[in-house]
Amino acid sequence: MRVAITSQGETQESMLDERFGRAARILVVDTEDGRMESIDNTAGVSASQGAGIQTAERVAGLGVGALITVHCGPKAFAVLQHAGVEVWSSPPGTVAEALKGFREGRLARLGSADVATHW
Amino acid sequence: MSSRGSFTVAVASGKGGTGKTTVAVNLARSMGAPVTLLDCDVEEPNCSLFLDGRAISTRVVGIPVPEVDGSLCDACGECSRFCRYKAIVSVGSSPMVFPEMCHGCGGCTLVCPRGAITEKEFRIGTVELSESGQVTLVSGRLDVGRAMAPPLTRAVKEHLDAGGINIIDCPPGTSCPMVTAVRGVDAVILVTEPTPFGLHDLELAADTVADLGLEAGIVVNRAGPDGSDIRGFARGRCLPVLLEIPDERRAAEAYSRGEILVDAIPGWRSLFELLCERTAALAGGRGTVEAGQGGKRGPG
Repeated sequence: MRVAITSQGETQESMLDERFGRAARILVVDTEDGRMESIDNTAGVSASQGAGIQTAERVAGLGVGALITVHCGPKAFAVLQHAGVEVWSSPPGTVAEALKGFREGRLARLGSADVATHW
Repeated sequence: MSSRGSFTVAVASGKGGTGKTTVAVNLARSMGAPVTLLDCDVEEPNCSLFLDGRAISTRVVGIPVPEVDGSLCDACGECSRFCRYKAIVSVGSSPMVFPEMCHGCGGCTLVCPRGAITEKEFRIGTVELSESGQVTLVSGRLDVGRAMAPPLTRAVKEHLDAGGINIIDCPPGTSCPMVTAVRGVDAVILVTEPTPFGLHDLELAADTVADLGLEAGIVVNRAGPDGSDIRGFARGRCLPVLLEIPDERRAAEAYSRGEILVDAIPGWRSLFELLCERTAALAGGRGTVEAGQGGKRGPG
């Protein structure tokens, strides 16, 4: 499965970006063959409003089955749900740690947003 | 009959809490002529706290937001690419609409190649009219949870009396809501206080109204012995200081009881009558008589 992860940098040693909408980058990892691509999210970081919606639209367009982030607000969650992308919440840490937790089934799948708008 | 002609003055400030509403309400009360007072601080309208008038009407105001006909939509995403506010977003088979994000521009309906988007009304707030003596108060009140002030501000300004005297109580700051409130007025009163914050934000507000090409003057509220910084700033910018409102405990006490200062404090009516004359002169031109001749005043 292809999985999107919000990251502060371009490698798996980077720290997760705790914010979804204004995350610096989106890393996309194929959990079967380990291939990874890094997507710039400057447009989300600098959006005047609707950063969560915009980043969710971008993630939905990546053809991923799941998203790993730390927090996800209500509008972003609604878009991801509409697009059929599972949202998983990881404790803060590195991308590699979050992926390990995902593979081992230790992350929590969100059934709704876990933070309010503009948290 | 008014001896002051017709004009529209906005009462603004950079910093919040400097006394915009105090100046607007007391100015309206001292004009000695019919006045339309427009409370354009729609996120927290408070003129009505001081003018306990007779309610006339309440009108609901909305903005047009998109509605998508899923049977016509082919998910091309043109609407989503067009909307810079992300009020409409294309994912999966048909777009999702977030009406609270929408500025009501109508662009998505124009770019949709299949004509799948129509508009429906989305409520953002109300405009309330009331009457208190010679003052007709028009208050915009944004609904809780709504963030789109300018369309409601424009709805309030539809009530401007073209042949009369209008006073606009503006929101603080210098962003879209304030700019929408001051746009097109004859003059702006910039209310400030003799503090470093007051002066700093006065500069921002003065820059904003200068960019808009508007006449402006300064009112210093809570003025004490040391107002030299503001007077220096005013001189440097060639802005007249229209009034210094003294820093007095009885003014704060009257304010805290929701009283109008010119009614509550002996002698303060003449203070604000002076401001009325200077404001009319600043707003100038349109039938205004010279300051000093506007002596015949009603009971207020």
